[in-house]
Amino acid sequence: MKRRGLPEINAGSMADIAFLLLIFFLVTTTMDVDTGLARKLPPMPEEEQEDPPEIKARNIYEVLIGPTDLLSVEKEKMDVSKLREGAKLFINNNGRDGNLSDSPQKAIISLKCHRLTTYKIYIQVQNELAAAYNELRDEAALNKFGERYASLNKDQKKEIRKMYPQKISEAEPRNDKGVN
Amino acid sequence: MSKFRKNGKKEMKAISTASLPDIVFMLLFFFMVTTVMRETTLLVELKIPKATEIKKMEKKSLVSYIYVGKPVQRLRTSENELPKIQLNDAFASVQDIQTFIATERDEKDEKEIPYMTVSIKADAGNDDPEVGVIREGVRMKIITDIKQELRKANALKINYSTKKESNLNSNLPQ
Repeated sequence: MKRRGLPEINAGSMADIAFLLLIFFLVTTTMDVDTGLARKLPPMPEEEQEDPPEIKARNIYEVLIGPTDLLSVEKEKMDVSKLREGAKLFINNNGRDGNLSDSPQKAIISLKCHRLTTYKIYIQVQNELAAAYNELRDEAALNKFGERYASLNKDQKKEIRKMYPQKISEAEPRNDKGVN
Repeated sequence: MSKFRKNGKKEMKAISTASLPDIVFMLLFFFMVTTVMRETTLLVELKIPKATEIKKMEKKSLVSYIYVGKPVQRLRTSENELPKIQLNDAFASVQDIQTFIATERDEKDEKEIPYMTVSIKADAGNDDPEVGVIREGVRMKIITDIKQELRKANALKINYSTKKESNLNSNLPQ
């Protein structure tokens, strides 16, 4: 029989080369996905601004974080762990209690913090408030469409968001003193 | 009977390793594709706070990072005990944020500018002695200052970088 023209190239070292590269990428890889709480800042106020519309006091849920990380909600002391329930009650009041909101659409959460407040507690509060809205949206989604909010389609999500718009307002920082 | 004995006497054939490079290459490509090279070295001590209501950040190329925390031990001197801002690879002051945002914008396509996000990675401190030295996290003053600068630069999409915490239970079934 006739012999083939070219001898086969030895591919034995191919695995070694590939392993070397593999180990390099294994070592340099950082797999962690960046996650976080997404927020949108309000634009800077313009020079001549008309007076903001009056908002009824009952539609504002005042959350203050003091310099020692103590929480004052509607002028009463509250623990961070209770904030979620408190915010849910406030948002979903629908005019039942005279001190709480008229409707979820009108409810506004006002968040103020002192400049000595720690970032950690601030994130916790932001998280609890977001959780309150997420839970309400989930409940509404389950009632209306029989599915959780995350698994709805775009239009359905929009509808639920309209029912529970997330309105968290942060106070304009003062120049020197901040909130007491 | 004799059939089996015959077989047993034979030498075991060497396992073919011809497919080994293929397997390794497959793994290699997987890691090559998923790898994100670390671009900046941290100059500040950073322990990201934890939260439950987190969202994944999309389009990493459109995210600019602002790191806030105390300088790491080797860079700490008596006058810079306070939390500092790190932009790219250097410490910066609050006033530098506007220029930083402007340069970040220049690098990107005009269409992508509205989707740009600023991720604030701030130190939440450490209160667990098992993990390391107890350290106080940053306070809101510097964060508020940063937010004001971002508003002035009209970079309104922000993200407080947080990690997933699983042990906080939700009221609804998962």
